[in-house]
Amino acid sequence: MDAHASAGHAELEIPYNVHPRPDTGLYNGKLGVWLFLASEVMLFGALFSSLILLRTGAESWPRGYEFLNVKLATFNTFILILSSVTVVMAWSHLRLGDLKKGRIYISATVLCALIFLTAKAFEYSHEFQEGRFPKTNNFLAIYFTMTGLHGLHILGGVIVFLYFLGPGAKMWAKEPERYTNRIEIVGLYWHFVDLVWIFLFPILYLM
Amino acid sequence: MALRRQIRVGSQWMYADEAHKALREALRVMEDEKAAEGHGGHHQSFIRRYVFSTDHKWIGIQYGFTALLFLLLGFCLMILMRLQLGWPGQAFSIMKVLGESRAPGGVLLPEAYNQLGAMHGTIMIFLGIVPLAVGAFGNYLVPLQIGAPDMAFPKLNMASYWCYFPGGLIMLASFLAPGGTAQSGWTSYPPLSVIASQGQTWWLIGMVFLITSSLLGSVNFIVTIIQLRAKGLTYMRFPFFVHAQFVTSFLLLLAFPPLEAAAVLQLMDRIAGTSFFLPSGLVVSGQALANAGGGNPLLWQHLFWFLAHPEVYVLILPAMGIVAEIIANNTRKPLWGYKSMVFATVFLGFMSFVVWAHHMFLTGMGTTISAFFQTTTMIISIPSVIILSSLFISLWGGSIRFNTPMLFALAFLPMFGIGGLTGLPLGLAASDIHLHDTYYVIGHFHYVVAPGTIFAMFAGIYYWFPKATGRKLNDFWGKVHFWVSFVCINGIFFPMFAQGLAGVSRRLYDGGMQYAHAKEIASQTNPFMSICAIGLLAAQVPFILNFFYNAIAAAMGRRDEGLGSNPWQATTMEWTATTSPPLAHGNFEVLPMVYRGPYEYSVPGETAEYIPQNMPLAEPAPRGGSLLPATAVAMREN
Amino acid sequence: MTDPAAAVEPGVDVHEHAGVGDPNAHHSPEQIRKEMKVYLTVFVGLAILTAVTVGACYGLNLPVHQAILVALIIASIKGFLVAGFFMHLLSEKKVIYGVLILTVIFFIFLMTLPISHHANPFGS
Repeated sequence: MDAHASAGHAELEIPYNVHPRPDTGLYNGKLGVWLFLASEVMLFGALFSSLILLRTGAESWPRGYEFLNVKLATFNTFILILSSVTVVMAWSHLRLGDLKKGRIYISATVLCALIFLTAKAFEYSHEFQEGRFPKTNNFLAIYFTMTGLHGLHILGGVIVFLYFLGPGAKMWAKEPERYTNRIEIVGLYWHFVDLVWIFLFPILYLM
Repeated sequence: MALRRQIRVGSQWMYADEAHKALREALRVMEDEKAAEGHGGHHQSFIRRYVFSTDHKWIGIQYGFTALLFLLLGFCLMILMRLQLGWPGQAFSIMKVLGESRAPGGVLLPEAYNQLGAMHGTIMIFLGIVPLAVGAFGNYLVPLQIGAPDMAFPKLNMASYWCYFPGGLIMLASFLAPGGTAQSGWTSYPPLSVIASQGQTWWLIGMVFLITSSLLGSVNFIVTIIQLRAKGLTYMRFPFFVHAQFVTSFLLLLAFPPLEAAAVLQLMDRIAGTSFFLPSGLVVSGQALANAGGGNPLLWQHLFWFLAHPEVYVLILPAMGIVAEIIANNTRKPLWGYKSMVFATVFLGFMSFVVWAHHMFLTGMGTTISAFFQTTTMIISIPSVIILSSLFISLWGGSIRFNTPMLFALAFLPMFGIGGLTGLPLGLAASDIHLHDTYYVIGHFHYVVAPGTIFAMFAGIYYWFPKATGRKLNDFWGKVHFWVSFVCINGIFFPMFAQGLAGVSRRLYDGGMQYAHAKEIASQTNPFMSICAIGLLAAQVPFILNFFYNAIAAAMGRRDEGLGSNPWQATTMEWTATTSPPLAHGNFEVLPMVYRGPYEYSVPGETAEYIPQNMPLAEPAPRGGSLLPATAVAMREN
Repeated sequence: MTDPAAAVEPGVDVHEHAGVGDPNAHHSPEQIRKEMKVYLTVFVGLAILTAVTVGACYGLNLPVHQAILVALIIASIKGFLVAGFFMHLLSEKKVIYGVLILTVIFFIFLMTLPISHHANPFGS
């Protein structure tokens, strides 16, 4: 049975974990995160597709801007775009070997994300006060489902960023390249979450 | 040592390499000893080793055990259903395990029958076959076959299993939910599923876990295959099994998320009171539903089948991969038409995304869309036929070894053939009107998955058991297992075609006895089919004993002496580049290199009967680095 | 593919030829600083486009179909900027393009779902 004793520890050398494989030009994590994002495209794609099907089949469909808080959502759009910039800036500074600035920018990203979530919470509670719930009609149903799922993705991103600010940052001392790669990967995820919002915003609020 | 003689090509450098190996081995032993002395922490805790392991081999075994248990459970649910179908309304003391609420006095209630049906399908597909085919076989074999030290993301691999396992537990726990478990079929069509009892919510949550597990696994497989394949292992040198897993992973990656979205929407419908799938004006038990309405029940069907048609190929492709490996090995010939099989697999995977609505011909789709989907359905049968034909032709002129794995693999071919060909009338909109939702459909897909996929899984278990344990399963009991299973399984499923053609609907609690047109054929065939099902259950007993006896013996460290590390004289690297069972840390002592295609059996002009993929070409000799497997391994074992 | 000597070249140390994983990683500090300027420019562009899309919604008062078209075009441009520059997809490797092309194709299939549903109901 000793053959099944797992290596278990991180010391087990997985090739191309940090450095790219010559023929693909990629390290493992980067390909992995793009595949994950591909599945996310299909996840949100299915929801967009459902939205189209429900909307085209409905006799009447409310226009979001008539009652949703467009000002707050526009502000949130800015915030999310800003957070995307701070992530690439963090990554660039890490590539330049500057952990301090990198951490400042990551913290800025987390701050932006928290502002976004707070604004979203205000929006939600306002809708609830006005008596608009997911069950009220199908527009609100898809609105709450999609923004809720998007909010969960933001929350997930925040947790990962906080990990890399805290215990995850220890890796920098030993393996700065690997740490930089990890920020690149979580950055790619973060940009994708931003990208989803860029489509959600006009589709839910402006159409 | 017969092994060694066979593959000696007759150059001096092989011996030099052996010396090199022996030296390396000695160094390794010394290092191990030093490590053991140096710090006791070299030994991992039991939990890290056997519960939260990150080793792909152990995770594969975890997946395998769990999935086999679920398969047995799903089969037992089926036995209860078959008892009811064979002898409707009769009391069976065994039914009392379901409790008084489901089977008062041992007579199964109709709603309990629905629960068994829904959970049989769910357990077999999502908890049994997919985890066994992808999680177990894929996890264990893919890194070994491509010469990788582990999966690309070992921790993700562990997370994948630990999403699957709770998902399965949630599914099981749903039996305890008030009102029982899910009872709207494995397809969970709304509005029925939305208004069903609480068990359906548990089902949906379980599905979210299972989907997450599949997603994590598929990302891992794709990255592993693209990034970690050994030097020299070009795509056209992959064993066919690796191709099958590769395409399967893409199907899982891109087809499962729409179902995840659909599951979230249905959860919203059930928990938050939305109406994604509920049309306006729905009346349930004489009362109008309070929902806002305006939803569309067909939206679920579209999203569900957008997953579930690719899912069919998730079920069958790994099985084809296993069968291909075993056929090549036991005919001692290369696969006929390997390249066309590979391209057919890729095409099959691609097309599987554009056929989903052939499950929905009777939902009120217009003729134009039906024509489109029936055309794509006819097209997708072509690659399946290419693969199956290639496997058949591969048998031609081979000196076939009829061992247990080969018997199962050979049985797969006609069984999958029957399953596939009976699918054609279902893919044509006109004939589907007659056959839709009858027992014909049940017969069709069970021929694909039961004597098709599950037989291939058995073939794989018999074939790779020595790989994982160093012991062979008993061949005689294997053959008993095969022949009884083979006869009984056909006895169950073949009459279903006759029933379906006679118009017996599926999912009927009494097997159709309440209908005049179905009564006669149902009473003639159902008892026979149920007896065959019990026979099939009995046939699994020798397998289960055989399996556990040998697994336990292996766990106690008893290996088959003289079995060697390559008992089937195979060419692929899981056999030739490492020991059986493989080395714990990183699978290989030195990462192997690949010099040739996967199936170099009986190569004309070669003295060796088979040539491993990682055997260097005769000239010039490689300097260091490469592992000369069979000989080196033979030395280790001596 | 059939020439093993070409496929197997022992002794080549991969690591010497590659930088920090990213295709741009071997860039000099000056280049990285230049990229940072690009990021800031893209940010300004995205901010302007956000304002434009809100403005178009309120200012132009277009009929529904045109409003949807305008909003989606602007969103697509923004999406292109994010994916192209922030996710540095414009200078990415072939394998990733392959994966994404596959995803786009299946995404289109997914989007045909409502069309296949509504386009041709029975009896029409």
